[in-house]
Amino acid sequence: MSAIDIWAVADLQFDSQLMLNRSEVSLENGPAGNVFDFSVPELKEMARRLRRHVVTMTATAGSGHPGGSLSAADIVAALYFKTMRHDPKNPAWPNRDRLVLSKGHAAPILYAALAESGYFPVPELSTLRRLGSRLQGHTDRNLTPGVEMSAGSLGMGLSFGIGIALAARLDRRDYSTYVLLSDGECDEGQTWEAAMAASQFKLDNLVAVVDCNKIQLSGWTKDIMNLEPFSRKWRAFGWHTVDIDGHDFSQILTAFRGAHDTRARPTAIIARTVKGKGVSFMENSVRFHGKAPTPEEAEQALQELK
Amino acid sequence: MPVEASTREAYSKTLVELGKRDPKIIVLDADLSPSTMTRLFAQEFPERFFDCGLGEQNMIGIAAGLAASGKTVFASTFAVFASCRCFDQLRICLSQAKLNAKIVATHSGVTVGEDGASHHAIEDLALYCSLPGFAVVVPADAVETVQAIEVAANTYGPFYVRLSRPRTPLVCPEDYHFTLGKAATMRQGKDATIIAAGIMVAKSLEASDILEKQGIDCRVINMSTLKPLDEAAVVKAALDTGAIVVAEEHLAQGGLGSRIAQVVARERPVPMSFLNLKDAYAVSGKPNELLERCGLTAANLVQAVGAVIRRK
Repeated sequence: MSAIDIWAVADLQFDSQLMLNRSEVSLENGPAGNVFDFSVPELKEMARRLRRHVVTMTATAGSGHPGGSLSAADIVAALYFKTMRHDPKNPAWPNRDRLVLSKGHAAPILYAALAESGYFPVPELSTLRRLGSRLQGHTDRNLTPGVEMSAGSLGMGLSFGIGIALAARLDRRDYSTYVLLSDGECDEGQTWEAAMAASQFKLDNLVAVVDCNKIQLSGWTKDIMNLEPFSRKWRAFGWHTVDIDGHDFSQILTAFRGAHDTRARPTAIIARTVKGKGVSFMENSVRFHGKAPTPEEAEQALQELK
Repeated sequence: MPVEASTREAYSKTLVELGKRDPKIIVLDADLSPSTMTRLFAQEFPERFFDCGLGEQNMIGIAAGLAASGKTVFASTFAVFASCRCFDQLRICLSQAKLNAKIVATHSGVTVGEDGASHHAIEDLALYCSLPGFAVVVPADAVETVQAIEVAANTYGPFYVRLSRPRTPLVCPEDYHFTLGKAATMRQGKDATIIAAGIMVAKSLEASDILEKQGIDCRVINMSTLKPLDEAAVVKAALDTGAIVVAEEHLAQGGLGSRIAQVVARERPVPMSFLNLKDAYAVSGKPNELLERCGLTAANLVQAVGAVIRRK
């Protein structure tokens, strides 16, 4: 299709009020669904690869947050390689489904998924946190292709996701917005301001996925600031809420399909996970929330993730 | 009595006009739309107005998400809440993220009046000026407000625009043209310069009239853009007049005075004097009573100019 044809089609399909210029309009073309469309065994394999990247990246950097990256690996793999409609060659495609990483310290797992999807070369992952790298310690939307939001101060992502979801409605676009939160960050009051607002605005194109790995920086969430009954809280805020095993792909994918089919209210997926999942000595470890593995630990971790 | 007009009313009417021309304009408020007067926009374009309730942090995040999706977002509430309540969100979601949202706050300064210290935003300029990438504008009157809002809508990037509660004197001439980052010389003069912003511009003009009768030729500069600052106008004032008084309805630290002092100290040190709210909160009272009590009157300015000239 020539550029002129695309312009004509775009005019029909979308409000001219968008005032898109031609180069932007040429961006309108994109895949109809997830370009990878992985099977569950393929997703498991990808999640393993992503976990290996997390271990290598943080060990190379000598700092970072491996625990909350490993706990989210299966959710992130499912989103980028099965559920989300996105185009790694066109990160600004207006119709893309978005993942907003609210738990910005889990940047390594997002970077790993973006690199494996093709947003930037996989070898670049080794530059994490290094001076001059596009891969900042916490995400920066202006530096890294595919990163939707700058984050690092917790509790802000759901609000940002609401803005994106409202824009979709205003522009009559059918993309979905996924926000990945940690359970610990639900200590932040802003999360609940956003939970009320998303419900008030009936944002059925918004999905909050809470990576409930049960550990925050200084200890178990139940000891520091108990969130339970967590699912009931989200339900009480008016959300379609499902409680799943965040490491079971069939449950993850079913939850995403359920979110897609839900009307007039947002969906909260409470994903019960294990912090540090996949590496025996990192699992359920408070220590590996914000500490990188030593070279020896990394080697052992990579052995386990073979 | 000078003709007075409301800056927030000017803002809301301009928003409606912008909304008619540009469907990308979205307006957010935090349960204050009758007071900020964004309600005018809400009535005209209900589908493009979102009331975020009493959740300023959430409102800034929503503004950022809309802006990241190509919208030009105006978010309004009182200046106290628009600055102190959501500073971290401004820092991460707008400043660091470099997004196109305009925070237009009404009810700034002590001229909020009777509501008292909790409602007097007098540290907002320090907070906003500290954020990289933000443009910070304090219009002198309703005329300048209209133009500043239009410029904000048409200039990519985060803005803070500070407006008032009471009606304020019209000081800008009919042919006034606001340019972001450019000072407006409201009155020429060679003996000293008053640099002011917001409601203090009117007080400065009043002071200049009195000074003229005393044989003192005082320049008055309306520095409505605090950031980016028109450094050339500051340097020129120092060179031409050799003495500068800065007047603002804000604490001593971090506002217009601090910003101008940095330029003067670096480029052309001359005697300076600062009229502001010093380092203290005010109390309940009528706006003019408070300005008097805080030392922000034309008479205070006359005195300050005389004193700074003697130090030349």
